[in-house]
Amino acid sequence: MSVKILGKSKGFYDTYERRPGNNHEQTHYCPGCGHGILHKMIADAVVDFNVAENMILISPVGCSVFAYYYFNAGNIQAAHGRAPAVATGVKRALPESIVISYQGDGDLAAIGGNEILHAANRGEAMTVFFVNNAIYGMTGGQMAPTTLIGQKTTTTPYGRTLQNEGYPIKMAEIIASLEAPVYVERVMLADVRSKNAARKAVRKGIKNQIEKKGFSFIEVLSTCPTGWKMTAPQSEEWIKSTLVKNFPLGVYKDIADQVEPLNLDLNLATPERVPKLIGLEQDKMEFDTASMKLATDIDQEIKIAGFGGQGVLSLGVWLSEIGMRQDLEVSWIPSYGPEMRGGTANCHVKLSRAKIGSPLVTYPTVLVAMNRPSLEKFEDDVVEGGAIVWDSALIDVEPQRKDIKNIPVPATQIAKDIGNSRVSNVVLLGVLAGFSDFLDPLVVR
Amino acid sequence: MAKQFVKGNEAIVKGAILAGCRAYYGYPITPASEIAQAAALYMPLVGGTFLQAESEIAAINMVYGAAGTGIRAMTASSSPGFSLKQEGISYLAGAELPCVVVDITRGGPGLGNIAPEQGDYHQVVKGGGHGNYKNIVVAPNSAQEMCDLTMLAFELADKYRNPTVVLADGFIGQMMEPVDFPEPVTEFAEKTWAVRGVDRDRMNLVSSIELDPDDLERHNQKLQAKYEIIKNNDTRYEEYLLDDAEFVVVGYGIVSRLIYTAVNQLRDEGVKVGMLRPITLMPYPTKRIAELAVRDQVKAFSVIELSNGQMVDDVRLAVNGAKPVEFYGRMGGNVPSIKELVHEIKRMMRVL
Repeated sequence: MSVKILGKSKGFYDTYERRPGNNHEQTHYCPGCGHGILHKMIADAVVDFNVAENMILISPVGCSVFAYYYFNAGNIQAAHGRAPAVATGVKRALPESIVISYQGDGDLAAIGGNEILHAANRGEAMTVFFVNNAIYGMTGGQMAPTTLIGQKTTTTPYGRTLQNEGYPIKMAEIIASLEAPVYVERVMLADVRSKNAARKAVRKGIKNQIEKKGFSFIEVLSTCPTGWKMTAPQSEEWIKSTLVKNFPLGVYKDIADQVEPLNLDLNLATPERVPKLIGLEQDKMEFDTASMKLATDIDQEIKIAGFGGQGVLSLGVWLSEIGMRQDLEVSWIPSYGPEMRGGTANCHVKLSRAKIGSPLVTYPTVLVAMNRPSLEKFEDDVVEGGAIVWDSALIDVEPQRKDIKNIPVPATQIAKDIGNSRVSNVVLLGVLAGFSDFLDPLVVR
Repeated sequence: MAKQFVKGNEAIVKGAILAGCRAYYGYPITPASEIAQAAALYMPLVGGTFLQAESEIAAINMVYGAAGTGIRAMTASSSPGFSLKQEGISYLAGAELPCVVVDITRGGPGLGNIAPEQGDYHQVVKGGGHGNYKNIVVAPNSAQEMCDLTMLAFELADKYRNPTVVLADGFIGQMMEPVDFPEPVTEFAEKTWAVRGVDRDRMNLVSSIELDPDDLERHNQKLQAKYEIIKNNDTRYEEYLLDDAEFVVVGYGIVSRLIYTAVNQLRDEGVKVGMLRPITLMPYPTKRIAELAVRDQVKAFSVIELSNGQMVDDVRLAVNGAKPVEFYGRMGGNVPSIKELVHEIKRMMRVL
């Protein structure tokens, strides 16, 4: 006969003070429910392995949402389906802790299907207990993804059908098909023998985590007498006669002995070391900005446009960096998104002695046109007296405006002559430095 | 420390690491992807965790787990991704876990586009997920502030045990500007509530469940009281030329940069106009706006947004009918030109 009373494990609180009401001695689970039995197996195991104080339980939703009433361990309660993601965040932060992710069938296999699959596939060094009782318990006996064909639930009142709901999902088999998990077994809580086997699997799953072996997944076929509308003995009988026929027991994967322990050590940098590590040490390039004689006192608003891949954005960044080194206020903003990946590109650069408001350049003082569509599109926007610098080796038309400085540069040809046709933007930078009075040639160099 | 020319999105990550953040969980989305890319680049260098999650939902729940252990953790996304994170943010708020979530907004609804919009104001500032909660929300308007306000966000999140959102748009995220990076944060208050898998915090519980209606009501009242304290202590805003202003233009984020330029032009024309820029959107500078509203010289307010008019509700509540509140908004990712803005402000102020 099965263990009917949840005998106190040392992994539980002495009395369940977190449980509301007056009964702090017994669990809230229905008579014959498998949760209490599985809880005790987990609690005993962490005590026996001497890791009870290191255990962090990720409480799920459903009936076992109140697991924190019982386990004398740190508890983090997770949203429906998300326990493996929460457990990932916990384990990555605390690799020395023993993270137990505990979920039911709707939680893990329906709404949380994605989270469990990817936690398993990453091989998170955690232990997952999956309680499969083929029904939603707490919400009132609705269909679970593991509900059997023909099984009546409150949302399959005529029985689950293949046509409408499809097959019950077999999680142990699915998880075992992934490369990363080290141990996957399905057990049941139906009689003394099967419970002993379950106890062994629970201990193995936890031991794997202590030994840093990786991801362990134990599916537990469990009773829900209330949801199934059966007595406790009938429930155990139904697991043996019916449920297990659809969900065969066994070890689906076990490579724990063949894998090396994972290196989970954190090597956190102290705050003082951070600036050096992320490249924020004092800039080595210093300029005597006081000695710079910049003739300009007007804001420069520059638009650079061309094909993606011509170095349009880089030229803008260089201009801005030069401006910054001259102690000017600068801003740079690109056109972004899909058009950058193969179409036209442009960027807006502002250089100013005063604080820059809008970073957008609508009416440029300087237009750098690196292809014909850019010249044609933006020529009219250039302010009176502004400049148009354009690649005369690529563009076969001339600017029409007479009220601007017209500066044709065979940039692509010059770049080719130098031996690298991709540096036409560098050529244009040189031209800008040469004719303008807002770039200090020393800084440009 | 170095002055660097960096993208707003990159400034966020560097600021976060300087603030002691050692866990980033995210999912790529334009125009926020540079944040994940920078986190992938820099987090391993300081021994932190970067993980590209399987979904936005998983990412925010990983942050929930990491935050539950007491470390500084963050995620970032753009509007559609933020919608997905709302479930997790509600749980974080309910469990009173500190974390930073960045939203680099784009055009909506639905897939919309990747151009800058401010249509997320309601879903970020008013809660967005289920329940009676609020995020703390900071709204940078420059690359410098992307760094500074991200660092502030971590401080506020820890101080109040509350999710804090850095709300910026595609322009602020994509823009490059010089950033003076501050010194790293070295002092951190101990989080006695955290679950760390050690004996001394074995009794700690991170949870948002309260079955008893009285308990849950008390919990909610505690949250509301906390928001009130935040409002009294940590409301931040910037004023520009308001001393003699007859017209007050209100805008946040990239819009405030446009307003700044427009206000300068209008001042050149002799129009007495000034700007109020909320830096925190929750708490909102309600009190300050109410004070301005009862000034005799102030004739009207105008609110500019890249949305259908969301923040304008908060201005109207603050003004409380004392003065007219006008609105001008662009949507779809369109950004008004300065000329357009000057014209619209004049129209709203009836000084054309």
